[in-house]
Amino acid sequence: MSAYNFAYLDEQTKRMIRRAILKGLAIPGYQVPFASREMPMPYGWGTGGVQVSAATLTPEDTLKVIDQGADDTTNAVSLRKFFERTAGVPTTEETTKATVIQTRHRIPEVELGEDQILVYQVPIPEPLRFLEPRETETRKMHSLEEYGLMHVKLYEDISQHGAIATSYAYPVKVAGRYVMDPSPIPKFDNPKMEMAAIQLFGAGREQRIYAVPPYTQVVSLDFDDYPFEPTKADHPCDLCGAEDSYLDEVIMDDAGTRMFVCSDADYCRSRRDTGHTVTAIGGTV
Amino acid sequence: MNTATRSVFDGGFQDPPKDAARAFRAAMRAMARPGDLNTLTGATPPAPLSQAAAILLLTLCDPDTGVYLAGPCDCEAVRGWLRFHTGAPFVGPAQADFAVGAWDDLLPIDRFRIGTPEYPDRSTTLIVEMPLLDAQGAVLRGPGIKDRATLSLPDVRAMQDNSVLYPLGLDFFLTCADRVAALPRSTQITEV
Amino acid sequence: MYVATKGGERAIENAHAWLAEERRGDPDVAELGLEQIQQQLSLAVTRVMAEGSLYDPDLAALAIKQARGDLIEAIFLIRAYRTTLPRFGLTNPVETADMACDRRISATFKDAPGGQVLGPTFDYTHRLLDFKLAADGDVPDAPRADPRMEPTPHITTFLQREDIIQPEPGSDETPGDLTREPMAFPADRDIRLQSLARGDEGFLLGMAYSTQRGYARTHAFVGELRIGKVPVEMEIPELGFAIEIGEIDLTECETINQFNGSKTQPPQFTRGYGLVFGQSERKAIAVALVDRALRWRELGEDNLGAPAQDEEFVLSHCDNIQATGFLEHIKLPHYVDFQAELELVRKLRRETMGDPQEAAE
Repeated sequence: MSAYNFAYLDEQTKRMIRRAILKGLAIPGYQVPFASREMPMPYGWGTGGVQVSAATLTPEDTLKVIDQGADDTTNAVSLRKFFERTAGVPTTEETTKATVIQTRHRIPEVELGEDQILVYQVPIPEPLRFLEPRETETRKMHSLEEYGLMHVKLYEDISQHGAIATSYAYPVKVAGRYVMDPSPIPKFDNPKMEMAAIQLFGAGREQRIYAVPPYTQVVSLDFDDYPFEPTKADHPCDLCGAEDSYLDEVIMDDAGTRMFVCSDADYCRSRRDTGHTVTAIGGTV
Repeated sequence: MNTATRSVFDGGFQDPPKDAARAFRAAMRAMARPGDLNTLTGATPPAPLSQAAAILLLTLCDPDTGVYLAGPCDCEAVRGWLRFHTGAPFVGPAQADFAVGAWDDLLPIDRFRIGTPEYPDRSTTLIVEMPLLDAQGAVLRGPGIKDRATLSLPDVRAMQDNSVLYPLGLDFFLTCADRVAALPRSTQITEV
Repeated sequence: MYVATKGGERAIENAHAWLAEERRGDPDVAELGLEQIQQQLSLAVTRVMAEGSLYDPDLAALAIKQARGDLIEAIFLIRAYRTTLPRFGLTNPVETADMACDRRISATFKDAPGGQVLGPTFDYTHRLLDFKLAADGDVPDAPRADPRMEPTPHITTFLQREDIIQPEPGSDETPGDLTREPMAFPADRDIRLQSLARGDEGFLLGMAYSTQRGYARTHAFVGELRIGKVPVEMEIPELGFAIEIGEIDLTECETINQFNGSKTQPPQFTRGYGLVFGQSERKAIAVALVDRALRWRELGEDNLGAPAQDEEFVLSHCDNIQATGFLEHIKLPHYVDFQAELELVRKLRRETMGDPQEAAE
């Protein structure tokens, strides 16, 4: 791969992305348009995150890539390998050792620090898109801070289901101004977004970059009488016993026996390495 | 470097992809954490450009960005150097993506673009060359700041006026020698 | 025991090895050469160049081979390669009036200077499988004639002289480039035409067809369709003049559409335009029809709410690389989000049915 530049992208492309990242940080939650490039992986498979990571990585970084919270899911493996080949940076599966973490659909369970950068892969960056398909309209709504449509939608959920029927990609308001899509993380992860690390969001196909600086106010939209609730399966992890981590549900056998395990593979492993185990695995039917 | 023999070709990045990556990290940290002082080294620009200002320009500018040089920065040495190393076109304040110069030379700042309601990102980033830059002075609060930060600002009132425009407005890098701090439009400023 | 259904590096490597084997097929069958693809599957090569937006028949042939004949996959390979190429400069606009036409037809005039040249077309072949080809591809030489040396004028120039067709004034403005600037709406016509030229042939065919069937109908005559070679010239600053750096095959279609006019403005025909790499006439005609439908605002027509009139709809969905990536990404694991939905539906069911036991099943 030596025919390619450090971190694959040419320098002019990186500059264009870097300028967009800086504007994104200056206007938290606002989606900055950028001329996304065709990458050697398909649109929808992390091209936005990859471009943001490629423009952000330095030779001194240690990279971690997760998909669904795990380092060994196929697409995470594939993206990590891409950066190993094109940027030559060391990689890790340990959250605490990583300086740049590219993620799809999860925020790690361990609290991130000031020297870390979390890069999200984003499929549809526009939180209003499913309510209004036109970019020309949604751009106007953001400019006027006209978010009534979103509240109407959430309220209709309540009248139909008795609860807000959004369980992931749950919309947030950033620094009191822009309504933002947090990417399809489970709403369980939303409260973690007020963090010490820099959060960057890349949507390649939709050509948008946005950002949340450290310690920025991130509020999940809700109503006084129906407050936001971060939820997870009401179980401990069947491997490490964690009560506070987001869980994957696994079907164990033909009878449909279920088992619940941490979605954050590194969190689960490090807990087990420090003596947290579950003696008898009791599946639930 | 011997100033008598230096040419426009000297003083740029040694290893552009890696040097630019490191410089961007410092610039990003600065913009993500208003008031936080970061160091930029690895280039030797012609006077009167500071090292930090020059590295920001090397890292962020190219033929796609208009640069406005204010006051003594607008000299043949700086123009030739930036033209060779960035290819950026030199433009007037109203077209500038980046503007660089001492505060008084950048005034009045309402000449620069503050973005539009639909595209607030289409605004100028000002690189303000400071005689002094340290973590003392006006109190900063807002995104990127845990509780509060302090920073020496060239003009508190002007910057408060800028933050009132939010989400429109200018974004500032403040540079002095090899140091840089940033003040995005999102920061609320109070005088001590 | 908990068995992780997670893939790993080995699984990926094994999948790639199997893919390579399948691509090659039976090793007793001769391997396909790139020259064979270029020469004998030239319209596939053309499509990959057009939608890959990179004029390089060698690379397009390689991409087709590597993609096992999946043209969208081949286009993707070309696009991903294209984006890494440095830009040396911009060529001068090509002059299609100077095209050395292999094919040039007009549906609006029985004859015109330059004549009707059918060229290598499928049009009047009877679509009967030619079983001889299965055994033996030898063909007799086609009859030859002297090529026309002088330029072939565009049909629309004759209508232009009469002022009976809407003018297309020239401009020295540098056109936009959607591969360098993010798409913003409303988009100018240069960006629209670029987007359509890169767009998926099938999508544009369907869109164009919908206008013919009445969704924003602007009855189109093929004023002219021409296919052939044009020289590509580039200004070399060191020389101070333009030199020819090569030739490319292009297909150009200009439609002449139903007229508009008002009490103050006499009726005039309108136009649609399509320009595509290589011999791609289905695509060029489709682009011209869709271009015409998208011009409703500029031509003072009503927005009938037809899909082909909707710029944001057409341009946001015509790129097959964007579309296929997003469509296929739903193959990727989504268990975190599905788990969130599962918990929510269980909770809502518990609350509705008031039976926690049943809801836990």
